Amino acid sequence: MSDLILPRRDLILRAGGLVAAAGALPLLSGCDAINDAEPVRKILSLGEEMHFASQRALTDRDALAREFTRADLSPIFRSNGTRMPAGAGYAAHVARGFADWRLKVTGLVARPLSLSMADIRAMPQRTQITRHDCVEGWSAIGEWTGVPLHRVLAAAGLRDGARYIVFRCADRIGDADYYESCDRVDALHPQTILAWALNGKVLPIANGAPLRLRIERQLGYKHAKYLTAIEAVASLDRIGAGKGGYWEDRVDYEWYAGI
Amino acid sequence: MYDAAPATVPSAERVYRHRLPTRIWHWTNALTLLVLLMSGLMIFNAHPRLYWGQYGANYDHAWLAIGATETTGFLRVGSLRVETTGVLGRWTDKDGVEQTWAFPGWATIPTRYSLADARRWHLSFAWVLAIALTLYMLWSAFGGHLRKDLHVRRGEWSPRHIWQDIKDHARLRFPTGEAAARYNILQKLSYIGVIFILLPLIVATGLTMSPGFNATAPWLLDLFGGRQSARSIHFIVAWLLVAFFLVHIAMVLLAGPVNEVRSMLTGWFRLPKAKGEAE
Repeated sequence: MSDLILPRRDLILRAGGLVAAAGALPLLSGCDAINDAEPVRKILSLGEEMHFASQRALTDRDALAREFTRADLSPIFRSNGTRMPAGAGYAAHVARGFADWRLKVTGLVARPLSLSMADIRAMPQRTQITRHDCVEGWSAIGEWTGVPLHRVLAAAGLRDGARYIVFRCADRIGDADYYESCDRVDALHPQTILAWALNGKVLPIANGAPLRLRIERQLGYKHAKYLTAIEAVASLDRIGAGKGGYWEDRVDYEWYAGI
Repeated sequence: MYDAAPATVPSAERVYRHRLPTRIWHWTNALTLLVLLMSGLMIFNAHPRLYWGQYGANYDHAWLAIGATETTGFLRVGSLRVETTGVLGRWTDKDGVEQTWAFPGWATIPTRYSLADARRWHLSFAWVLAIALTLYMLWSAFGGHLRKDLHVRRGEWSPRHIWQDIKDHARLRFPTGEAAARYNILQKLSYIGVIFILLPLIVATGLTMSPGFNATAPWLLDLFGGRQSARSIHFIVAWLLVAFFLVHIAMVLLAGPVNEVRSMLTGWFRLPKAKGEAE
């Protein structure tokens, strides 16, 4: 019996060993080599594409992020990323109370705009109490007031070829300006606003004064602060390194941050 | 069955215990849960604090936190604080550099800090877990696994029967012969608990952390009491699965690792003989 069993047992043990080795691979430092291999990264980024496609398929394009009440507000709304943009230019704007701040709307639009903060406040406003989710894992609830982005884009006349909206910012991190982007679905979503107030007060510098994006169905790094320009484009390829955002270009944060 | 030489091993001693879907799902899960745990620990490192409720950030009270002082690492649960220097909060990496991330490099994917890469692993393997779990639950329900193997019979619910099984496990007295061909009550309850409670719970709490999916299914936020509660439950369930894994491995080792692992590879399980039973 044993001469019949043993070869098979040997085979089984070897097969078991293989499975164990595959399981143990990440435990070794070889894990980082697997992690860094380009084909592996390509396969893993499929996960993001599947999340994006399935969320778009399952979710009504205007489905709202949860809105809360004043009783739910975080006692202190945490800021993150740039808390004070560097440079004399921004400091001068702070000194003048952002009286000369301009938001340019350019790219694939019929009527390019250059809006002052007064122009923006004169447009129809939306106030919403929403939860801000950082990619790191924490959440804070705040009340935001601003102009819905779809109003601004309607005023500028979004042209047909415009597939993405790029958000330009006044803050630099390291050697590059912060920027972000989203598709038309999120750009035209009713809760996507350019906010100038937090919790009933003028937006603090740490939270993006004078104007920041709220894009409520995505993670915090998409909510570009210190907005200077909005650009409608057909493709993200020639913007930054082509991945659609500052962190996307640098550390492979996912462009679609709904998950 | 070709190797079951009839002269010495009556075929009745070997039973076809695990069907192919069970075996495939078992080993898929083994790898998937390992990747999800290790990449999940790295994601936790980005913000090593847990909260209850809709919100929670650095200024709010964390019920669990891993952190570092000037010289030590610690784990705090509620008001209980344990020094964990060397393992949690402060540890030395493979290059001899002291690090103050919560979980050490040997426990995370990747080993060096990268939230972005950990999310790629985690959110890709989450698909594998969720799809395989869904298929396996359907197969269990309609393929007879649930009815034939996991269904708890009336007599098994009696406290006396359960207590007897607990005592047998504690004394490492495992069933032999025909009785070993079936799952005992503790096995049934733990497999049902993992397949129909813990794994669905970890998928659902994971989805509840997604701001996009919150718009798809806002009721999940109400079910779990908020995004930060969902994150806490997700973390707790992950460790319950680790606890299941440890007991599972211990039982396999005690019950006969070769026979057990072989049966999960080939499907065929050799029924153990009672002590003293003639060979």
